[in-house]
Amino acid sequence: MTQATAESTTRFADAHAAVLARADAAGTGALNDTRRAAFDAFTAQSIPTLKHEDWRYTDLRELNKTDYAPAEPNTDVTADDIAPFLIPNLDTHLIVFVDGHWREDLSAIDEHPEGTAIGTLAQAYAKGCTGITDYLGKQVDLETDAMSALNTALMEDGAAIYLKPGKTIDKPIHVLSVATAKAAGTMTHPRNLIVAGEDASVTVLEHYVTLGGENYFNNAVTELFAADRAEVHHYLLEREAESAVNISTLEIHQGEKSDVHSHTVLLGGKLVRNNVRPTMAGEDGHCLINGLFVGHGDQTLDNAMRVEHNAPNCRSRQFYKGIMSDKSHGVFTGRIVVAEEGQQTDAIQSNRNMLLSDDARMNARPQLEIYADDVRCTHGATTGQVDPEAVFYFRARGLPEDVARAMLIYAFAAEGFDRMQLVPVRALLANEMIAKLPMANKLSAEFNEEIKQRLYRI
Amino acid sequence: MTTTEEVAKITQDKRDYKYGFVTDIEQEFAPPGLNEDIVRFISAKKGEPEWLLEWRLKAFRHWQTMEEPDWQFLPYSYERPNYQGISYYAAPKEKPKSLDEIDPAILETYNKLGIPLEEQKVLAGVEGAATSAADALGGGGGKVAVDAVFDSVSVATTFQDELEKHGIIFCSISEAVKNHGDLVKRYLGSVVPYSDNFYATLNSAVFSDGSFVYIPKGVKCPMELSTYFRINASNTGQFERTLIIADEGSTVSYLEGCTAPMRDENQLHAAVVELVAHKDATIKYSTIQNWYPGDETGKGGIFNFVTKRGICEGDRSHISWTQVETGSAVTWKYPSCILKGDDSKAEFYSVALTNLRQQADTGTKMIHIGKNTTSHIISKGISAGEGHNTYRGLVQMNKGAANAKNFTQCDSILIGDRCGAHTFPYIDVRNPTASAEHEASTTKIAEDQLFYCTARGIEEEDAVSLLVNGFCKEVFNELPMEFAVEANKLLAVSLEGSVG
Repeated sequence: MTQATAESTTRFADAHAAVLARADAAGTGALNDTRRAAFDAFTAQSIPTLKHEDWRYTDLRELNKTDYAPAEPNTDVTADDIAPFLIPNLDTHLIVFVDGHWREDLSAIDEHPEGTAIGTLAQAYAKGCTGITDYLGKQVDLETDAMSALNTALMEDGAAIYLKPGKTIDKPIHVLSVATAKAAGTMTHPRNLIVAGEDASVTVLEHYVTLGGENYFNNAVTELFAADRAEVHHYLLEREAESAVNISTLEIHQGEKSDVHSHTVLLGGKLVRNNVRPTMAGEDGHCLINGLFVGHGDQTLDNAMRVEHNAPNCRSRQFYKGIMSDKSHGVFTGRIVVAEEGQQTDAIQSNRNMLLSDDARMNARPQLEIYADDVRCTHGATTGQVDPEAVFYFRARGLPEDVARAMLIYAFAAEGFDRMQLVPVRALLANEMIAKLPMANKLSAEFNEEIKQRLYRI
Repeated sequence: MTTTEEVAKITQDKRDYKYGFVTDIEQEFAPPGLNEDIVRFISAKKGEPEWLLEWRLKAFRHWQTMEEPDWQFLPYSYERPNYQGISYYAAPKEKPKSLDEIDPAILETYNKLGIPLEEQKVLAGVEGAATSAADALGGGGGKVAVDAVFDSVSVATTFQDELEKHGIIFCSISEAVKNHGDLVKRYLGSVVPYSDNFYATLNSAVFSDGSFVYIPKGVKCPMELSTYFRINASNTGQFERTLIIADEGSTVSYLEGCTAPMRDENQLHAAVVELVAHKDATIKYSTIQNWYPGDETGKGGIFNFVTKRGICEGDRSHISWTQVETGSAVTWKYPSCILKGDDSKAEFYSVALTNLRQQADTGTKMIHIGKNTTSHIISKGISAGEGHNTYRGLVQMNKGAANAKNFTQCDSILIGDRCGAHTFPYIDVRNPTASAEHEASTTKIAEDQLFYCTARGIEEEDAVSLLVNGFCKEVFNELPMEFAVEANKLLAVSLEGSVG
């Protein structure tokens, strides 16, 4: 073990002790044994280095530079502070965490059907809701995933959503995680749990934002269980300040004929790692993994997908698009694993990337690992620039080059938005993405309006 | 297309692994084990100059600090070779000088390999044999000059006289060290440095022989050059080193074939191949690898850990790798190209087949450095029996690689439900005008096509062979004629027993 990792392990040990100490007061003392075991698993692995195949392109040494301490509860943040982060034109249940701690006063959980629960992990433990808590950790492999082990060792709270069989929560659930980032060196390890029983249906939005500009570390893990025939839509919106290190892991377990849609949009953060790992455990399951990452400055946006087909006749679709400008670095790793049981698997993976500047870099690793013979699996990856012929087409029709380029970049990204069912989310992100593009100001107000119109219509 | 009878015949041959014979001739061994003395022994045996011994020792010292890599995707894993248990030098005691003098056992070996008698004379260096050998090999059309490497030593090289007329140097690397030392010194290790990787470094320390080719400026090599490698003795490793230099404006096509006898223990083959293509030069390198694959329980077989790399040094240079990999218990091989010259071009065509309990982790690396460079990768993987076939490839567009282009297609088919097909490409783009496209698919052998064939009275096994050949056609088209026929048969043979 190098000195640096040894130091960081010690540092996390102090944080771990602090979390254990305050767990009883928070109502999650019952989790301390789990936390301890997870911490042992973490120290056995330590922070992954570039030598670790899964972390080949993302350097977590960043984490050794700062003395991160678990964030303390914060009561200064007001409803006005979080108002800009609500999603316009979208009526949701709202669960608000500030620096990883639940803010009941800012949350707004509306009426929801009997047999469903929308709350926090700490509440679930305090009330002894074993229907939910029994699922915790079932989909996480502490021995091989150091960062999820670290999350488990330091987890304090997160959203807990539960639906009994046949139940539906109509309104999307907006889980808003606000980092104050007023003081440097805080960290949070949100732990969310979504359990949808047979035939249940729910939509959850995980939304990460920042108020201040200091550096911090956010390491979130969400476990999603979709039982037979359940339908779950999950959104991850990464809009944090570019001082943040963010690792988000979504572990999904899918039953027979279940349908899970995961949409990820990475816009913020300095160093972001987005893991999405569905396991198709029941026959005839379907899963869609859709993502868009738009990087500028010196952002690193790393996406790692792993779809495991462990049951026959499942379909999975992965569509990830990256747009990198300035000195940003994009990474896409997508692996489709088809076990011997996964006969008749139909899996498609597509990763398309655009580089907009001389210093941007893109690493793509589309991977197939197949042990069953009766399958249809394909993957494709492309990296290139804005198509010069298409630019020429526009210019021949009188559009200035930069506008033509901006429109083509937008069109490239829009395909990803179109797969999202929540139209207001599309509109919000489209605006933000456009603002981030190098030639944003070249797109006329009319064009922006046109885009909005189009998005709302669909 | 191979007919049913042919398949039946070849199949029968395959049952005993056609090439699985051992030639019983007196051999000169280095004692098993590896230390500086052994390196000195090899170097002394070959009468090498001081600089080469120093280079070997530098490699050996570096090798001792290295760890054997374990990142390969090998689901069955494998027993690491015991590097101290291997003999690093095995040579037939007497180098044959004429057909009369040649050891009958070696001649017998050639017969078993199917090398025509006329060519045997050539191999044995009998005077006046060259023209008749040319006739023997395909009616004057496709002449092939052969360098045969038997365990560690180059046995004979044919057609040297004719090649010399064109100024072409084609000889064993030991001879080249003696006669063209300056060329060897300049290029050896220039593409694969002695410190490159575990196996290449080992090779640098102990390489015994191999082929050396130099094509002078503006010369188009008039015939195919070929090296035939065979591991014969037990408990030996084969560490050959091939170096091909195509000077400005020259063209060469080179073929490599490999076999080994059937043995219970695993044998190590750690070769290094370096290609240098100068301005406007073209090198085409084709391999048919048919080392002994082990038996169906995974016992025995060759470990094929080979480093092959070419550099498109000059502008508009062109390197093309074509490989048909059907043998070896474990294959670990990534023929690569460094596209340094502007407008240079590289290709990689590969068919890799794993049957029985074979494991292959193979692919290519294309490093684009120069402007307007293009690379093309076509990889066809076939998994049958309990074999695991992995494509692993890197496409890297460096910052200066403006307008570079890559297209990659990796297709795999699976025959049977106990095998695996895996694809791990790495794409690294650092120039916005460069474009990289990758496509891959994995499917089962098409049932409707199979049905179509069998409904017309074609035996199922023949039908599979037909479909697999069709699947591989893009790659076979790249092979020289003689090899394409052999490759077709080899596939049919290797797939035997994988249906039903």
